[in-house]
Amino acid sequence: MAEATLRVYRGDRESGQAVDYKVPLTEGMVVLDAIHSIQAHQSSDLAVRWNCKAAKCGSCSAEVNGKPRLMCKTRMDSLPTDAPITVFPMKAFPVIKDLVTDVSWNYKVNKKIPPFQPRPGVEWKMDQRDVDRVQEFRKCIECFLCQDVCHVLRDHDKKEQFGGPRFFVRAASLEMHPLDGADRVPMLRKELGIGFCNITKCCTEVCPEEIHITDNAIIPLKERVVDRYYDPVTMIVRKIFPAK
Amino acid sequence: MTADSQFETHEHDVLIIGAGGAGLRAAIEALAQGAKVGVVCKSLLGKAHTVMAEGGLAAAMCNVDKADGWQTHFRDTMNGGKRLNNWRMAQLHALEAPDRVRELEQWGALFDRTESGDILQRAFGGHTFKRLCHVGDRTGLEMIRTLQDRGVQLGFDVFMECTVTKLLKDGDRITGGFGYWRESGRFVVFKAKSIVIATGGIGKSWRVTSNSWECTGDGMALAYDAGAELLDMEFVQFHPTGMVWPPGVQGILVTEAVRGEGGILRNKNGERFMEKYDPKRLELSTRDVVARSIYTEVKEGRGSPHGGAFLDISRKPPEYVKRKLPSMYHQFKELADVDITKGPMEVGPTCHYVMGGIRVDAETGRASIPGLYAAGEAAGGMHGANRLGGNSLSDLLVFGRRAGLAAAQDAKKSSAPNIDGAQISAAEREALAPFEATGQDNPYTIHHELQNVMQNLVGIFRTDADLRQALVELQKLKARAKNMHVEGSRMFNPGWHLSIDLGCMLTVSEACAHAALARTESRGAHSRLDFPKTEDAWGKKNQVIVKKGDAMTLSEVPRQELPAELAQILDEGAK
Repeated sequence: MAEATLRVYRGDRESGQAVDYKVPLTEGMVVLDAIHSIQAHQSSDLAVRWNCKAAKCGSCSAEVNGKPRLMCKTRMDSLPTDAPITVFPMKAFPVIKDLVTDVSWNYKVNKKIPPFQPRPGVEWKMDQRDVDRVQEFRKCIECFLCQDVCHVLRDHDKKEQFGGPRFFVRAASLEMHPLDGADRVPMLRKELGIGFCNITKCCTEVCPEEIHITDNAIIPLKERVVDRYYDPVTMIVRKIFPAK
Repeated sequence: MTADSQFETHEHDVLIIGAGGAGLRAAIEALAQGAKVGVVCKSLLGKAHTVMAEGGLAAAMCNVDKADGWQTHFRDTMNGGKRLNNWRMAQLHALEAPDRVRELEQWGALFDRTESGDILQRAFGGHTFKRLCHVGDRTGLEMIRTLQDRGVQLGFDVFMECTVTKLLKDGDRITGGFGYWRESGRFVVFKAKSIVIATGGIGKSWRVTSNSWECTGDGMALAYDAGAELLDMEFVQFHPTGMVWPPGVQGILVTEAVRGEGGILRNKNGERFMEKYDPKRLELSTRDVVARSIYTEVKEGRGSPHGGAFLDISRKPPEYVKRKLPSMYHQFKELADVDITKGPMEVGPTCHYVMGGIRVDAETGRASIPGLYAAGEAAGGMHGANRLGGNSLSDLLVFGRRAGLAAAQDAKKSSAPNIDGAQISAAEREALAPFEATGQDNPYTIHHELQNVMQNLVGIFRTDADLRQALVELQKLKARAKNMHVEGSRMFNPGWHLSIDLGCMLTVSEACAHAALARTESRGAHSRLDFPKTEDAWGKKNQVIVKKGDAMTLSEVPRQELPAELAQILDEGAK
């Protein structure tokens, strides 16, 4: 039977190393199947998160051959088997153990964003075309791969000043909700630091739900921030009539 | 944190175990009542199995079919459940589901729309009218995200990646739970005036299942161990359409919405075989019927190459398929190299849902021991012998809310909970036993064998001999599980976690096999080859399982009689 070698990170916060495991290949196998095979037959304490195994829950995020991927969606036959396949935890978050990382920061950011707030007296009717735009953002399964790949978080670790692509998508889903009346523009500028994003589109490339994060969420939100704070006409008006 | 235990201890008015649709809806309602609420869940928040629900949420909103109404929804639900349902639950469900949907929308959920801008509804098996409110084929994700955001906003305490292994009691009353953090393996004690079990299903005991690793029957096993009654555990739903190929994806759900949107089932000879089994409703017959039909076609040699049936939606325009069934399109394209806009999928039955569960009071979700409540899949009664598609998401909302409300009101009347150190020590010893055991088996081996036993002997078609054999095998596995060994430390150790989940799986599997052996008839999802007829006498009784000493005991209880006005609603449909 054909085999592949998986080079898997084993370790915790303090220390760790890559360990090689040989895994028998079966037709249509995905990386998560290979990890489960290691658990069942070679190392039952190998830590990994997973739930649905169908790319719907966003639990099994990792870096396969250096690329942020969902393991349940990454076919073994899409990877070269002449060299070991590396499976490492997401780099942007602290390791807990093996492939499991501490993603709690994301939940803290999420808490800051004002929730949906219907405009007073709205009629609960919506056009499908208006809904379509927001439903794209609502597809997000919170795998946090976009957060993992974003250089502002990954390389510069600006977690205190920057919300990251996932939360721009969430903010966009609320801001563009046809019946929402809350204002998140000041928070996008300040607490979520949308200005740090320089539109490299890395997030869009890794999104397993194929959400056009940069084009459809971040850029329109940046425009709202610019219109509000940096529009020359508005700036002059504000100079003359300062807010009380 | 309080200091009267050696372990980290938290105290709440209401503790909710499980953060799927039912648990989150219960938490929101308990918060609205002013209770201090804790939610414990085995995964990260938002990853519960509800996220995988696809097709929709059944509610007689009458946005598409004006002729619909709660009476018809009630009748469809009772008929789908072969009238074994708790009638009051079915009635409350039909009456309240539309309000629960509107509430979701007011909290930010975005359903697909009709031309006039209302919530769009689609057809589904066993529903007389177009009734399922939906978001493409990712309705569960929309629902869980909406509830999660609402709960976070209202302010519940969430204990993520934390597993409860024991309910604690003071005399007869439930007063808390004992558990461990998955990350550190450290133990934690929860004191609570009331507890809502919302832990979902039991599908992980079968080899071919649509369920995630979390669906190990924890809540039912915890309640059973604490002395609560389980109801109608023989009724396990096999969803007709799971993926069959490649092997790694076997069992993954293919939404009923494929058939709701016009998908057709054929065998290898190209025959539309549902014409034979249910000529009136065809592909949109109830799940029990369609699952048995596919199984029979395969068994009689007319299956697809990998042992399933062909399900074809490719006669619809590709853009329509991609818009209404986007995740199905991607799932098949990426995992099975099949383009469903061009050709058929291969599908076969997969273990999906348990109609049975903790026996509860219809109005409040109260279990048979004080302080304990249950809602959602963990509770039994609502769906009778077979659940209709779409009735689960609405069940979670209707009865999650009711259980949260009742648990909060109960907590208001209750004094501070006492916990017993001896029970905590016993729970600790039990949880750590696998590290010290010296047996040869690891939990993965036993789990694998359990799945084969349930798949082969307690599956779609059952016999006396198979079920007796299953009970013998389960006893052997239980004995081996006592000695199974886990390696490594307590830090995020999946082998150890599985060893604890396995105890729950063995309990619910035994309950299921027991009840299936005793019910000597075929009804809904329970099909006995040796008793193929549906018997009127069995239609008048439910089965209850309870722990007496260490023994699992089963008894029959009379089904509650319908009041005349509801009986009339059912009769009207029969005309």
